[in-house]
Amino acid sequence: MELSRQDIGNVRLISVAEGRIDASVAIRFKDRMREVTEDAPERIILDLSKVGFLDSSGLGALVAVMKMAAPDRRVELAGLTKMVAKVFRLTRMDTVFVIHVSADAALNGHADAG
Amino acid sequence: MGNARDQHQRDGARTGPGLNLVFPGDPESVRRALRRARVVFRAMSIPEEHSGIAEIVLAEVLNNIVEHAYQNHGRGVIELAVRPVPDGLAFTIRDDGLPMPDGGPPTGHPPDLMVPFEGLPEGGFGWLMIHELTRGLSYRRIGNRNELKFRLDITGAVDGAD
Repeated sequence: MELSRQDIGNVRLISVAEGRIDASVAIRFKDRMREVTEDAPERIILDLSKVGFLDSSGLGALVAVMKMAAPDRRVELAGLTKMVAKVFRLTRMDTVFVIHVSADAALNGHADAG
Repeated sequence: MGNARDQHQRDGARTGPGLNLVFPGDPESVRRALRRARVVFRAMSIPEEHSGIAEIVLAEVLNNIVEHAYQNHGRGVIELAVRPVPDGLAFTIRDDGLPMPDGGPPTGHPPDLMVPFEGLPEGGFGWLMIHELTRGLSYRRIGNRNELKFRLDITGAVDGAD
């Protein structure tokens, strides 16, 4: 499970370099996210623009990551691909996460495109 | 809708060879089966958006079998058959694992999101997605086997709202 991280100002940008977050990697993803968010500033942006496939286990892992970061940090999502956005809509989780069109938009504070 | 390319895609969905796979009920084999299904859907000229939906539904159904019917013991076998039908794909999935609780697939209620942050669900999304994305979902217990059938609609025109 490859994640890259970068601190920009007081934001930690984490990019998922894998095409899939599914049942076979969900636990590894959660563990890796724990490591890369441990010493993160308050705001974390998770760039999912390379993730073309997310199943319910992957979605559950994202919810777990968000809960794990709270209350000191908040995790926002950026760059959802079409199929990933569909999964969020179907499960209504698009109402729970802050979702940005892209990591750039998130960093530049552009309005959320939901 | 109605142009030559759409017509071609509909015809492709109707006349493709389909898919028959038998594989072990463990997560890695499921991942391989999904990869194989992707290749076959492409060969059947299924529009990418629909094949993506098919893959999500299959992932949910197959992972449920691994986790619940086979309780993650990894020794079971799963049979997957996909065949083209007019304007769609018909799926049949069989396993020899435990029956569905309550004699049928869980209803898949939308999660209760009006809860404090810490109470948000980390699971239970799978059946919700399966119900929302499929048609004609049916389940039978035949002897020691589970059989789940459903259809996915594939029209030439991809829903513009998505």
